[in-house]
Amino acid sequence: MNMIQAINSAMEVMMERDPDVIVMGEDVGYFGGVFRATAGLQAKFGKQRVFDTPITECGIIGVAVGMGAYGLRPVPEIQFADYIYPALDQLVSEAARLRYRSGGEFTSPITVRSPFGGGIFGGQTHSQSPEGIFTHVSGLKTVIPSTPYDAKGLLIAAIEDNDPTIFFEPKRIYNGPFDGHWDRPSQNWSKHPAGEVPTGYYKIELGKAAIARPGNDLTILAYGTMVHVCQAVVADAGIDAEIVDLRTLLPLDIDTIEASVKKTGRCLIVHEATRTAGFGAELSALVQERCFYHLEAPIERVTGFDTPYPHSLEWAYFPGPVRIGQALKKIMKD
Amino acid sequence: MTGDLPRPNLPPLSLHVPEPKFRPGDAADFSDIVVPPAGEARRPDTAAAADSFHDLAYTLVRVLDDDNQAVGPWNPRLNPDQLRRMLRMMALTRAFDERMFRAQRQGKTSFYMKCTGEEAVSVAAAMALARDDMCFPSYRQQGILITRDWSMTEMMNQIYSNKGDRLQGKQLPIMYSVKDHGFFSISGNLATQYPQAVGWAMASAAKGDTRIAATWCGEGSTAEGDFHSACTFASVYRAPVIFNVVNNQWAISSFSGFAGAEATTFAARAVGYGIAGLRIDGNDALAVYAATSWAAERARTNQGPTLIEHFTYRAEGHSTSDDPSQYRSADEASEWPLGDPIARLKAHLIAIGEWDDARHAAQDVELAEMVRAAQKEAEKNGILGHGLHQPLDTLFDGVFEEMPWHLREQQAQMLAEETASGRPWDRK
Repeated sequence: MNMIQAINSAMEVMMERDPDVIVMGEDVGYFGGVFRATAGLQAKFGKQRVFDTPITECGIIGVAVGMGAYGLRPVPEIQFADYIYPALDQLVSEAARLRYRSGGEFTSPITVRSPFGGGIFGGQTHSQSPEGIFTHVSGLKTVIPSTPYDAKGLLIAAIEDNDPTIFFEPKRIYNGPFDGHWDRPSQNWSKHPAGEVPTGYYKIELGKAAIARPGNDLTILAYGTMVHVCQAVVADAGIDAEIVDLRTLLPLDIDTIEASVKKTGRCLIVHEATRTAGFGAELSALVQERCFYHLEAPIERVTGFDTPYPHSLEWAYFPGPVRIGQALKKIMKD
Repeated sequence: MTGDLPRPNLPPLSLHVPEPKFRPGDAADFSDIVVPPAGEARRPDTAAAADSFHDLAYTLVRVLDDDNQAVGPWNPRLNPDQLRRMLRMMALTRAFDERMFRAQRQGKTSFYMKCTGEEAVSVAAAMALARDDMCFPSYRQQGILITRDWSMTEMMNQIYSNKGDRLQGKQLPIMYSVKDHGFFSISGNLATQYPQAVGWAMASAAKGDTRIAATWCGEGSTAEGDFHSACTFASVYRAPVIFNVVNNQWAISSFSGFAGAEATTFAARAVGYGIAGLRIDGNDALAVYAATSWAAERARTNQGPTLIEHFTYRAEGHSTSDDPSQYRSADEASEWPLGDPIARLKAHLIAIGEWDDARHAAQDVELAEMVRAAQKEAEKNGILGHGLHQPLDTLFDGVFEEMPWHLREQQAQMLAEETASGRPWDRK
């Protein structure tokens, strides 16, 4: 399965298991989603459980919160993460705080799916990585898979979870992993071990990172698309780096991060989102606080630049093999 | 300037900034408000198409006439016991407000909001809804909880953030949440409850339930995007929901003109969405009851949503933090052409021979005593500011279902700080 099929399979499995799971969003019904992630669900589960919505993100999330309060488990889709901002108030002030402010009387067990990240020439409005905004909010969980297997297992866990979850899907690797070179074709998931996805139910606990590549020289903290770029760079550079795929940004698997950095003594953080006050800043601070006496070189960050996402120059903006390779050399030199 | 078109010889453009008719020092004169006679508005069948009664979005549905009689097709024909209960709940709401306003002035809590002059909007609506219909209120519908017989002591515990507060002191006073009385957690962010009510109603419809949802916001909040998203959703899916817009004329110091009242009515918002719209006399408890029952019947029979504009007046400040004498005429409340909802219902009951001034006065004494007793009971659990009422570690409860490591760490840090500071750990 590719990642889209795995995500589709997760929703199908959960809708079969739990009649309270419903799927809603722009174009998700009859058409099956602009990325085909919800294909076939309406035909199988009917329009009461899978339906298209008006183009109002604030409405989609607000309605989902109300459905969650009724007792359903809505899985709303925001078609592109760039369009999540009109729904921010419902996510930040409502979904995230409902349990806290109501003394646990009302909860909002919604799972907001949204494709995010660049590398598909989507321009400013189809490329952004807003995960840092949500990790800053108390009461939301933020999940970002990097493989089809993880995407399915994590999405099932998110739907079962009783807290509101933001589930960002790295659309650059929906169809296959890639190594970050724009002139090289994407690999197909069918030739990739992570393309093996069981058709039935399984889940991956939220808040647990994965070691995408074990190593001893250096720890790379990455998630989503960047895991694959880093894997290619490390293979090319011949560095024995350990790549930690965070999978869940909040709650974060601090134990795995700490153990890895203490073992290797070096840390590189890679994300696509803009640099300043991005999630890498939090990671950097945590590693510094917990691993300072084990560090043999300064922590480095490779990120997107602090500009709006460019259209034609996106491959210069995007953290690619050159920028990551230079950072690796710099850390290893010290 | 080298435009292709010649510049026409027109005066410069000017920007219209609305201004209320009266400011402090002005004599209020509401003679321009059109108050149609009670009983005049027609009552369509609840199965009628929403576009067949647009006129009802531009008039005022009224039941109680100038002789204090209930007249016309909207007369809900309540029996005297129901009328007396309605009056009692409205009077109790006012007594509760007065007591809690005073408690705030005495420093027993940080904040309070009265609903004086708007008691009919929540009490009569709550009586017309089924007890298990879900209400998504704004911050001025305490009358719903009182009418649903929720404990006033519990309400006060919340206002005092004391050790009896079921919300563990995590919410601003008056931001109640009572799930088993169909009262959704109040948010301070305006109109966010509107799409949530629609979602709840849609879920109820999708599950084949029989319960409906109702929600309230002020006229000022109709400017929020959430309001319009909710109307679109409700219209598209014919959600079984009642939208109540409480047009009390003032959003803190901004008069209703800043939400668009100079251009049209708030009930007319319904027209553009193709949903049923009613504009009613919000100080006429019988009109509120009748409109709510009618809208509830539409919702329950899959006719979809109804938007009800309750034309009323906020007789007091926005909250205890507000001073309305700084921005509006002092006689507005007394000059308000639709009177006081409690006085009007009382006059009706007297006019039909089912009540009298002596009984009313006795009831006021009784209700004040009830509220006082509830307050005494609540104050046994403490008042805000008198030490800590909740164990410190509860601060971290309920952010998530299970506490993640970073919150556990912060909790431990806070407890260690408390111990190290030598502050009395047991001051709760």
